[in-house]
Amino acid sequence: MANENVSVWTSIPFWRRSAAWVTGFATILLIWLSFDTLGQISMNEDIKMNIDGKEVNKRVPGPTVINYKIGYAMSKERGHEVPTIGEKQPFFGKEWSQKEAADLLHLGKLTSQAKNCMNCHTLLGNGAYFAPDLTKAWLDPAWQNGGPLQGMTGKNTVEEAMAEFLQHPSQYPTHARMMPDLGITADEAKGLVAFLKHMSSIDTNGFPRNFSKTVEQFKAGGTNAH
Amino acid sequence: MLTSIKTNKFEGSKTKELAMMYFRVAIILFGAQLLFGLVAAIQFLVPGFLFELLDFSVARTVHINALVVWMLYAMIGSVYFMLDDETEVEGVGIGLGKLAFWILTAAVTVVVLVYILVQVGAGTEASIWFINEGREYIEAPRWADIGIVVVVLVFYWNVFATYLKGKQTGIMTVMVADLLALAGLYMAGMFFTDNISMDQFWWWWVIHLWVEATWEVFVGTLAAFALIKIIGAKREIVEMWLWIEVLMLFGSGILGMGHHYFWIGTPEYWWEIGALFSALEPVPLVAMFVHVLYDWGKEQGIAKAAGKTGSVMNNGPAMAWIVTNAFGNFLGAGIWGFFHTLPQVNIYTHGTQFTAAHGHLAFFGAYATILIGMMYMGVQYAYGIERLRATFKSKMGIFLITFGVLGMGIALTIAGYEQVLVERAELGGGWNAFFAAQELPWYIQSMMWRAIMGVVTFVGFIYLVWDLLTIGAQAKKAQA
Repeated sequence: MANENVSVWTSIPFWRRSAAWVTGFATILLIWLSFDTLGQISMNEDIKMNIDGKEVNKRVPGPTVINYKIGYAMSKERGHEVPTIGEKQPFFGKEWSQKEAADLLHLGKLTSQAKNCMNCHTLLGNGAYFAPDLTKAWLDPAWQNGGPLQGMTGKNTVEEAMAEFLQHPSQYPTHARMMPDLGITADEAKGLVAFLKHMSSIDTNGFPRNFSKTVEQFKAGGTNAH
Repeated sequence: MLTSIKTNKFEGSKTKELAMMYFRVAIILFGAQLLFGLVAAIQFLVPGFLFELLDFSVARTVHINALVVWMLYAMIGSVYFMLDDETEVEGVGIGLGKLAFWILTAAVTVVVLVYILVQVGAGTEASIWFINEGREYIEAPRWADIGIVVVVLVFYWNVFATYLKGKQTGIMTVMVADLLALAGLYMAGMFFTDNISMDQFWWWWVIHLWVEATWEVFVGTLAAFALIKIIGAKREIVEMWLWIEVLMLFGSGILGMGHHYFWIGTPEYWWEIGALFSALEPVPLVAMFVHVLYDWGKEQGIAKAAGKTGSVMNNGPAMAWIVTNAFGNFLGAGIWGFFHTLPQVNIYTHGTQFTAAHGHLAFFGAYATILIGMMYMGVQYAYGIERLRATFKSKMGIFLITFGVLGMGIALTIAGYEQVLVERAELGGGWNAFFAAQELPWYIQSMMWRAIMGVVTFVGFIYLVWDLLTIGAQAKKAQA
């Protein structure tokens, strides 16, 4: 075996060299692609570029996206849904400056980690599978005007309803499996809602697909699955 | 297993004594993993169980952290165990290594107690630093991250200095290089960002490049070492295989990262890259399985031809776990991974119990198995047993644990399949869709079976611990 003259296929130095080359090549390719990806997922401060749809390579809008109406619409060209950023929309009754929006998102992201959201929920599909995915929670019909979750809190906007629920989750049981009270303050709740709204504006290549498209049908009489 | 605790002295090498210390904590943490997993499994069925006392998020945090940490402990233990055999010199700086062990163990205890007792903090940097980083698998607060880095540096110095001083075998060369990558990658998870896409991007550098690249190569080196030790496989063959495995594992696994970049905000080109390279990931796992069985058969055949009777193995339970590893790695990581690795499938399976099914089968098949095998090698060494034979308890341990985990994996697969079809394909996700799928009898039945199989696994674990504690003394008595 150690006798290299027999055949290259049984030569340890040959396989060692090959392993080194393949590993090196894969690593370099990963690093090169990562640079490209990091450029595309760094926050884009100029929301206008996302609205115009001119800049397709900026996939994560900046924090001020919370000042706009966000949608999730089918793109024929891409074959799946993409987030849309529409007209201005007050968030907790006001427009947030660049600095204010950034601070709020910072608080929200920190809170999402400090409260360990990811060990019940999924964020961008990653996490635990005990509670609903939050990727597009901001757009969930249940939280919109007329939706059962907004209705139960007695609030009039998505953000106020979500913030109310987050502060007193066990007062609003939506299911036998409830969210525990995590001691979320009013400010932290606002931050979390900003975090959720921001996350819903990220271009996730159409995940989740057909988001809540059949909820209306579901409400009208359930599914055929039983 | 407990030789040094019982007699307060260990007659073997200092390096292996440290290995046994790591193995002992590993098995305790393995027990914690299973117990907290059972709590979480019950919470799926009885939502009020320990509500607002020890919520699902807490139980699951401990469940998955105990998993990662017991495996790291057993991995470090395994490295110390092979270190002096491979290099043929006593480990360098083992005294410092022992100090590092106690620091790490104290830190792990504090971290777990804080998870259980403090649970969550306010939305401030202090919570991330001192309570919980809130990122799946790497929840350890930042102070502990830094502590882990320091301890790992000591460990790495032990290994590297010994490697330089002693014989530099192919197995140790791969190990030294792999450990450097493994340790370095941990640092990709040690920062905070407001950008969730950026957060998840780097998070996968730790998680994926650990479990689908560096940990797999680590397992390859352990299997290579164990085959030489247990069945007397030829080093030249084993090391050649090891280099081929490195080539295939890193060749597929590094860019296989793409399958985690389908939906987190990252560009579309990861669809093609992730699909192609992760589809190749099962190939080395098939090769590793063939390699273990082939070497075993070959050594047995050579012995038979030489007129020897009986088995070539000198450690029955360790070999049983290593063969389970070879197949379990292929089944759990390879097959179950391939099930949902293509983006066309993954858009529906991502974020369902399908992932949990894969997680259970893969962590068990690829890692738990071989690390338990290493513990049996530790016991054999600690008691000076020439030929360690499986006892009834060894057999019950491996059978019940394997059967239990397989059962959990199948139950979770069915639950995931139901979620994929009902919650995702039919209802399109969202709050109502999620709970509609959770309430279906198919899902609930699966969760019941998962809990039952979890109990089976735990009973198997009791047998395993009982066996590890008694098999050595028993075999020594029989030998004398």
